Amino acid sequence: MSPGPNGEGAPAEGAGSAARALPELPGEVCAEIDHWVAKFPPGRQRSAVISALRVVQEHNHGYLTVELMDAVAARLQLPPIQVYEVASFYSMFETHPCGRHHVSVCTNISCFLRGAEQIAAYVEKKLGIRMGQSTPDGRIFLKREEECLAACTGAPMMMIDHVYHEHLTPEKVDQVLDALE
Amino acid sequence: MTEELVNIEVNGVPMKARKGEVIIRATDREGVYIPRFCYHDKLPIAANCRMCLVEVEKSPKPLPACATPVAEGMKIFTNSVRATGAQRATMEFLLINHPLDCPICDQGGECELQDLAVGFGRDVSRFTEKKRVVKDKNLGPLVSTDMTRCIHCTRCVRFGQDIAGIQEMGATGRGEHMEIGTYIERSVDHELSGNIIDLCPVGALNSKPFRYHGRGWEMTQHPLISPHDGVGTQLYGHVLRGRLMRVVPRAFEEINETWIADRDRFSYEGLYSADRLLAPAVRQSDGSWREVEWEVALEAAAEALRTAGAQLGVLAHPSSTLEELYLSTRLSEGLGGANLDHRLRQRDFRGDASVGPAAGAAGAAASAPTLGLPIAAVDQLDALLIIGANLRREVPVLAHRVRKSALRGARVSFLNPASFEYLFPVAEYLLAPPAEQIGQLASLLAAAAQAGALLPPQIAALVRAAPVDEHHRAVVAALREGTRRAVWCGALALRSDAYAQVRVLARALAQATGASFGELAEGGNAAGAWLAGVQPHRGVGGAPRARPGRNARQMLEEALPGYLLLHTEPWADADLPRVLQTLKGARSLVAIGPYASPELRSVASVLLPAGSFAETSGTYVSLEGRWQSYAAAARLLGAARPAWKILRVLGNLLSLAGFEYQSSEQVRDELAARLQLPAPGGAGAAAEAPAAVAASAEEAALAGANTSAATVLDMPMYAIDAIVRRAGPLQRTRDGRARPQRYGNGS
Repeated sequence: MSPGPNGEGAPAEGAGSAARALPELPGEVCAEIDHWVAKFPPGRQRSAVISALRVVQEHNHGYLTVELMDAVAARLQLPPIQVYEVASFYSMFETHPCGRHHVSVCTNISCFLRGAEQIAAYVEKKLGIRMGQSTPDGRIFLKREEECLAACTGAPMMMIDHVYHEHLTPEKVDQVLDALE
Repeated sequence: MTEELVNIEVNGVPMKARKGEVIIRATDREGVYIPRFCYHDKLPIAANCRMCLVEVEKSPKPLPACATPVAEGMKIFTNSVRATGAQRATMEFLLINHPLDCPICDQGGECELQDLAVGFGRDVSRFTEKKRVVKDKNLGPLVSTDMTRCIHCTRCVRFGQDIAGIQEMGATGRGEHMEIGTYIERSVDHELSGNIIDLCPVGALNSKPFRYHGRGWEMTQHPLISPHDGVGTQLYGHVLRGRLMRVVPRAFEEINETWIADRDRFSYEGLYSADRLLAPAVRQSDGSWREVEWEVALEAAAEALRTAGAQLGVLAHPSSTLEELYLSTRLSEGLGGANLDHRLRQRDFRGDASVGPAAGAAGAAASAPTLGLPIAAVDQLDALLIIGANLRREVPVLAHRVRKSALRGARVSFLNPASFEYLFPVAEYLLAPPAEQIGQLASLLAAAAQAGALLPPQIAALVRAAPVDEHHRAVVAALREGTRRAVWCGALALRSDAYAQVRVLARALAQATGASFGELAEGGNAAGAWLAGVQPHRGVGGAPRARPGRNARQMLEEALPGYLLLHTEPWADADLPRVLQTLKGARSLVAIGPYASPELRSVASVLLPAGSFAETSGTYVSLEGRWQSYAAAARLLGAARPAWKILRVLGNLLSLAGFEYQSSEQVRDELAARLQLPAPGGAGAAAEAPAAVAASAEEAALAGANTSAATVLDMPMYAIDAIVRRAGPLQRTRDGRARPQRYGNGS
């Protein structure tokens, strides 16, 4: 039995300076992070956390790990917790393993009135997974139902990897999802 | 400097406020209360709890008093219908997710949320939906968590960012999913991190060792002084039925502000360790121990001391009280001896040679170990050179002041035998093994000479050939340029094999650059021990002894016929091999102290149980020369007696004159009178740094054998005295599990 948080058990030691080995970020990722850091005044590298995490997440096929966030923190010379805060705050960042393609179906009012519920149900049935899950082959991650993505004129809609797909019908959903690598 | 004042009006009462300050500071000063959670005087402003909303004339909305600067003619209403309405609404929101489990919460009765809920909350909750639950975090052995109670004021987060200098906690997630924590499970390891317990306005962060042990209103509060370092940190001991249950800070702006080190906060756990000595005991001829009445034990002890006579060796820990230290000096002197010392971990005593008949008047100029400036002035330094100090581990509260001054722009440099993490900008870090410390100091002095400083001839000759690089020049330039500058020797310097030389050179450097000179002597009362005459070469007040006795090292390397140990365990307190074997060579050993470890039982002949620092009245003299007295807080355990009373009775039994003290205050006042000090208790100015230290004999020590300081010991911060060594929660922290480090080569 592992002791509870207020028992006697000692948690892992603080990362501190004697940290465990960090994964090495590839050269092109580092270069892009540095490119973003350079846009801010010296000492304000904290401003580049979002961009750095986005670069790293894309490189890691769609999600972040604690090790990668630690690597970003080391690169930006920040306490790791400041990177965790940003990564856990924004819905664009995934901090658990998930599929490569991020699919978000809008179910807000306009889309709802135009049949988004059926579209969402169809997507779930087609992929065999629920919202928040990934397909076993790691191809598709069905993010939570999005609130309005400001494409009401094309309702119902969904967003796949930052690309909007509008006027959805089951046929169009088949077409779009089947085309994903 | 005159400050610009503006006129404001609070609830119709006109008052003045400093231009640009926030409303809540002005109202706090004037005694007008505004409720708050996230605002804290020592932390940066966050304005995220919204509890301090007040009405300001012409403002369309209520404004947060903690983040709104005052302006000329501003009319503020803290208890208008609009202000109280905003405060009541905020309170209702804060309580939405709060579990309201006050009956089982340690914070109950001393909780800011509870207090303000009574003042500003509704009688009945209108919230019928589900409350959220947050998983508790494991932050290590010192801080317990009940994160469902958290109201997200972020005081603990800002403490890490701005006070500790390393952010260990943060706010992850957002909206209703926002949580305060460390994200990955890890302990909070900073040496001041226990302060988040006090900062937390609710019961989310509490003391883990104290958990479920008592209620605020059951305990009585007693002032105490920390015995663990020379800062003189002011504490409150909270006592329940005679037992010290916990220790919290006593806010005192001139020393510790509102912070205390974890070592000060949790060391009390060591008072109640299993090896507490509860009754006097005498060793029988067959080697077994027998518990005896006090009369029997005291007679046996007096007999042992009488037999040893002038040959008695007295070792007193520098965390003993001033009264205890003074009485051990009187006892030793009464027996005609001078073998007494408190500098247990010091190895190089050649500096002592500068006193004695040969040294004459120059020797008398020395002073008690001192910081060289008031602690409050450390924030205002422009330049500081610290020689041989693991500063954050040795004097955590002082390290925080140094950090503040470094963040203000002071150039803080180190000359250290190892790299330590300092969470502030360090100007120069001269890393040199112990053997090269002297050379580095010579280079610094040479740089000072090149920059035009005048060096005493002997030193000038010594440093002429020293190589100088730009780092040395930068350190010296910083020390010469500012208006407030200091050079300090830390414990790693004090413990080195060439301390006498390091000290002379460091002093010379301070003099050459016009900086003040300080020594961070170990123990809470090193300055007091010096004043009380607990050293072989100098008596009370530093008066040179005609016939110096043996120092701590000599006493522990070569057996004397008899020993008296006061609050010390030399095998753990000294940095010498075979201490136990040496002590076994004595005919008798009398130990006065709270503990009886197996080691002590293997060498002692009489054990006299004494109260710890919290169980006796006493005085501590800090490194800034401040005398601070307090009364006993906790009840003595078993048959233990205050050590000053034990020493007093031993004096009586030895028929020594003038041992008729009725109180510890009498002991203290007698010493103060002998030191010709004004009535103690008041603010003692820093002992004046000796002007002309160029004691010829000291330089003789310098010119003499150029010992290479091969290694130096770095004691873990929770191993420095008998109490912290027994404090279980501290021992389970990262620093508690650290082993002693030895820097340099050889063994």
